[in-house]
Amino acid sequence: MDKFRQLNSTVIPLDLDNVDTDMIFPAEHLKSVSKNGYGTALFSTLKTLYPDFIFNQKDYSAGNILLSKSNFGCGSSREHAVWAITQYGIRAVVCSSFSDIFYNNAAKNGLLLIKLPESIINEWMKLALNNASLVMTIDLVNQQINFANQVQRFDYDVYRKHCLIEGLDDLDYLLSCKKEIESYELTRSINV
Amino acid sequence: MESTARNIINKIWDEHVVLRQNSFPEILYIDRILLHEVTSAQAFAELEERGLELRNKQNILATIDHNIPTDVSRKNITDVMAKKQVDTLRDNCKKHGVTLFDIDSNYQGIVHVIGPELGFTLPGTTIICGDSHTSTHGAFGALAFGVGTSEILYAMASGCVLQDRPQTFRVEFTGNPDECFTAKDAVLKLIATIGIGGAQGCIIEYVGDYIKSLSMEARMTICNMSIECGARAGLIAPDDTTFNYLKGRRYAPVGDAWDKCVSKWQQLASDEGAYYDHEIIIDLTNAKPMITWGINPEHAIAINELTPQINDAPDKLILEKAYAYTKLHPGQSLQGVPIDFAFIGSCTNGRIEDLRAVAKVLKDKKIAANVTMYIVPGSEQVLQMAINEGLDNIFINAGADFRMPGCSMCLAMNPDKVPPGKRCISSTNRNFIGRQGTGSITHLASPQTVAASALCGYISYLSALPPSAEFRQGGI
Ligand code: SF4
Repeated sequence: MDKFRQLNSTVIPLDLDNVDTDMIFPAEHLKSVSKNGYGTALFSTLKTLYPDFIFNQKDYSAGNILLSKSNFGCGSSREHAVWAITQYGIRAVVCSSFSDIFYNNAAKNGLLLIKLPESIINEWMKLALNNASLVMTIDLVNQQINFANQVQRFDYDVYRKHCLIEGLDDLDYLLSCKKEIESYELTRSINV
Repeated sequence: MESTARNIINKIWDEHVVLRQNSFPEILYIDRILLHEVTSAQAFAELEERGLELRNKQNILATIDHNIPTDVSRKNITDVMAKKQVDTLRDNCKKHGVTLFDIDSNYQGIVHVIGPELGFTLPGTTIICGDSHTSTHGAFGALAFGVGTSEILYAMASGCVLQDRPQTFRVEFTGNPDECFTAKDAVLKLIATIGIGGAQGCIIEYVGDYIKSLSMEARMTICNMSIECGARAGLIAPDDTTFNYLKGRRYAPVGDAWDKCVSKWQQLASDEGAYYDHEIIIDLTNAKPMITWGINPEHAIAINELTPQINDAPDKLILEKAYAYTKLHPGQSLQGVPIDFAFIGSCTNGRIEDLRAVAKVLKDKKIAANVTMYIVPGSEQVLQMAINEGLDNIFINAGADFRMPGCSMCLAMNPDKVPPGKRCISSTNRNFIGRQGTGSITHLASPQTVAASALCGYISYLSALPPSAEFRQGGI
């Protein structure tokens, strides 16, 4: 997994609440057995349905940071949604809230999810929609995000931060706890 | 003094915590893993790449459900990519010694239908699957949640996943609803009330007399849709209904072990006065069946209500998109809106009880000439029961297409698709844009409401059905 420390990029403003994983990665593309080649299917249905969709707009579509609203990534558990986002070239998603499973899937694939208060999201959404060339800077080490000369601190949990910065995933940690898992199994009485 | 009363969620969670370290997510032990063809290939591939082995292969069960055709010649999968996924799962199961219920097995079916049927789903266990409707298994008092492919790999290799401790949410249903109100309507009402992000980060416990009165099938319908209000999982404390359902099933414990388990399972119920982070009471008094009008499950109304106004709603943009997509407008009744398709099936409403309810509505009647109706049993066992009870004849005589088990039109990954612009009333769980096929329009409802609408050719419900004589010829 790539290490993540800092990121400077223009922003793709996706002005919607409840963006679900069926929108992000429609089921018809789920039929692969590999982990690659998903980037082109990102938001494919919305891209076809709506010619003015933000991912169809050349000025925006090259950004590496996605800005959206609340409950991003709801619906299906498909990790393919995260793979499609990262393989498209997006490395961070900034929203007011994320769905649980999506949140869990993201860090495992090196995708940084940043939660900011709704008022800031709304303000930045407007700014980004008005000006495609504005650059956002994300500094994960110091947990700071900078856009249109406004600096915000963001919360991020210690463990996921460590994983992203070092390029590690959960399995490395779980396997390092093998002893604890073995002794747990020995004491477990339930009939399973 | 802090209370020691615990709810069922915390009891099961605590029992499965292997390690809790400061500022780390908790290491949670996983008792059971369910696999299907769409989300497991990459997990097996990475397991091999990293030179790892399955930790507990006896805790894993696999089936084929998501992308297979549902016609009788379904063994010949013509979609090359779908076939590759199915073959890959077959190879992986063989290579790693995992039990697979393949298409030719009597136990094949939708992963969330067969787990309970086989008694693989047991109270007090932790269960994961690469499918968000894993919450279904919560009906048995299990802690069951959907995960992505990486977490399947982690659990396969280590027996555990890393999870942040969830918040707990108590949902109580009270009051007596209308006669034709079902469990599906109850959960749609909850989602319409709290919204699709309403239980984000939470695990729900469903309580109350209404819940207690429900069969296991109906409880599964409710837990199944927990994810549609953002919950990680939903569960119901096990009781005699649960134990009676499980006893004697293939993987359920037997003899002394059964008795021991039952006494242990009885301890799982939430202690009196237990704390929850959130609580809500949903009053079902005289509640009418629910139906969705828009593009996510919170866009649901009682069938006798009018679709909502947009005005200055905070989610104005989505509402506008929803009306444009479903070709409806604010302030209209859904009753009478013509439909093209009716679908019965999925892990939400594809069990035997659902099929029986549909058969009761369709018996000796014909569906409308403008409607294509698919009835897809959730599993081989459901299919066999339906045939033994003669339901297949009722369906076929009514003009419906009774098909082989699988996910089918729930997510349209197989050839069963609603064509662009066509309107489908469906017993499934998601009405997302294009969910049932590119450009398809979905209305979620209970199996009874789907069947009643199929007879009419337009959206209707049981109590509103015209006298039955009018359906004999097919359509009115
Ligand atoms: S029936 Fe639908 S929701 Fe259920 S497992 Fe299959 S695809 Fe998922």
